[in-house]
Amino acid sequence: MTRLQKPFLAPAALLMLATLAIPLAIVGAYSLLTRGAYGGVEQPWTFESYSRLIDPLYGAIFVRSFWIAAVATALCLVLGFPLALFIARSGSRKNLYLSLVILPFWTSFLIRTYAWMFLLRDTGLINTILQALGIIHHPLPMLYNDGAVILGLVYGYLPFTVLPLYATLERLDATLLEAAADLGASPITALLRVTLPLSMPGIRAGAILVFVPCLGTYLTSDLLGGSKTILIGNLVQNQFTTSRDWPFGAAVSLVLMAVAMALLFSVRRHGEELI
Amino acid sequence: MKKSLALYAAGAYAFLHLPLLILAVFSVNSSQFTIWESFSLRWYRAAFADRDLIESAVNSLIIAVGATVLSTAVGTLAAYALWKRASGWINGWLSGSFYLSLVTPEIVTGVSLLVFFEWVFRFLHLRLGMHTVMIAHVAFSVAYVVVVVMARLRTFDPVLEEAALDLGATEFAVFYRVTLPYLAPAVAAAAMLAFTVSIDDYVITSLVAGVDSQTLPMVIYAMARRGVNPVLNAVSTIVAVGLGAMVLLSERLRAS
Repeated sequence: MTRLQKPFLAPAALLMLATLAIPLAIVGAYSLLTRGAYGGVEQPWTFESYSRLIDPLYGAIFVRSFWIAAVATALCLVLGFPLALFIARSGSRKNLYLSLVILPFWTSFLIRTYAWMFLLRDTGLINTILQALGIIHHPLPMLYNDGAVILGLVYGYLPFTVLPLYATLERLDATLLEAAADLGASPITALLRVTLPLSMPGIRAGAILVFVPCLGTYLTSDLLGGSKTILIGNLVQNQFTTSRDWPFGAAVSLVLMAVAMALLFSVRRHGEELI
Repeated sequence: MKKSLALYAAGAYAFLHLPLLILAVFSVNSSQFTIWESFSLRWYRAAFADRDLIESAVNSLIIAVGATVLSTAVGTLAAYALWKRASGWINGWLSGSFYLSLVTPEIVTGVSLLVFFEWVFRFLHLRLGMHTVMIAHVAFSVAYVVVVVMARLRTFDPVLEEAALDLGATEFAVFYRVTLPYLAPAVAAAAMLAFTVSIDDYVITSLVAGVDSQTLPMVIYAMARRGVNPVLNAVSTIVAVGLGAMVLLSERLRAS
C-alpha cells in the first residue's frame, strides 16, 4: 500500500487544504483587518472586530441564539427519547421505524421549512381549520416569531436526537430491566432510574448534534422568523452581503466556530463517537 | 406503558411526515387558497412553464451530477487510503479535516469559501459561477462519502487482500478487483447521499453562486421569502418525492 497511499490521498488532501484549511486561515486573517472602503478588507491589523462583539446589541443576538438553540435542543430530547425507546423496543420492525425517522430528514431541509410556512401562515391550513370550526375568529399570528423558529428547528433536527438515543437504548442490556422489575420497580421507576441514567451518552451526543447546527441556523430563522428574528447565522450572512463588513463577519464566524468546536470536543473527550 | 409509547410514536411520525404530505395534497388542489376545491395539475403545469425554475433546476442537476462524481471518487480513494493507515501525520490531519468539515456550521463554510474564492480571484480573472458552486459542493459532500465508505470498509476482511497479493496481484489490481467490488454498494449509497446534499443546499450555494448560476434551492428560497405560492407547493412535492425515492434506494443499497 505504500505506492497507492499517496496518489489516493493526494486529491482529498489538496481539496481539504484548498477548501477548508486555507479558507479558515483567510477568515482568521480578515477578522483581524479593517473594513475596506468598498467592502473587502484593508490594513491596519486590529482587534476592533472582536471588541465590537462586546456591544450589548450583538450580545443580545448571541444570548437569543443560545436561548433558541437551547429550547429547541431540550424539546428535541424530550420528544425524541420516547420515540427512540419505542423504536428500540419494536423488535423486527426496528429498521422500518428507523427509516421513517431518517426519510424526512433527507428530504430537503428547505422544503420542509417551507411546508411549515404553508401550515402556519395567517391563511394557512391550521388557521383556516380553526376558523372554519369557529374556535377562533381572527387568524392566530403563528408565523414570523421565535416560536415558529423553534418549531422549525425541532422539526428539522429531531432525527439528530432520535438516532444517537436509539443507538444507546438498543445496546441497553435488557436483563437490567428484568432485575429492576424483580426487585419491585414499576416500569416507570425502571425507566427513570435505570434506562434514563444509562442512556446519558446518547442524550449528550444528541444534545450536541442538535445544539450546534441550531446555534448557527440561518435558513430557519430567516424563513420562519421573518425579519424580527436575527440570530448569529443571519448576523454573519448580513456582514458578507448587505452590510459588507467582512472583518466583523469573519470575527463572528470564528467565535461561532469556536463555540461549536468546544462543545463537540467536550463530548468527544467522553469517548463518544459522533460519526 | 407499551401502548402509550406506541400511541406517542404514532403522533411523532405524524409530526414528522404530515407537513410534507399536506403540502403534496394541496399541490394538486385547483384553488390557490387553502381550501380544497378539486383535483388539478395546473400548478405543476405552471411550474414547468416557469423559465427561472426550469433553468435553475437544470443548473442544480449539472452541479449535483458533477459534484457527486468528483466527491465520490475523491472520497472513496481517501477512505481506502485512510483505512490502510500507512503514513502518519497526513492521515491524522485528513481525518481531522473531514470531521471539521462535517461539524462546521453551514454559514461559516459558506463565508469561508466566499472569501477564499474572492481572494483567489485577485490573481485569476474569474468570477463566481457554476464552477465555484461545484467546488463548494465537492468540498462539503466529500466528508459524507468518506463516512459512508469507511463504515463499509470496517466490515471488510483484509485477509482477502492478502490472499490476492499472495496470488500475484498488484496493489492496484487488489484495490480495483477485490476491494472496490466489495465496496460498490456503499460507494453507490455515498454517491446518492452526495447528490442529495448537493441538490438541497441553499446556505452555502447562495454565498458562492454568481448571477448566472442560480440553483433550484435559490429560486425556491426567493419564492418562499415572498410568501406561500401554490406553484411552490408543486415544486416542493416534485423535489421531495424525487429525493425521498433516492434516499430509500440509497438505504436499500447500504443495507445489502
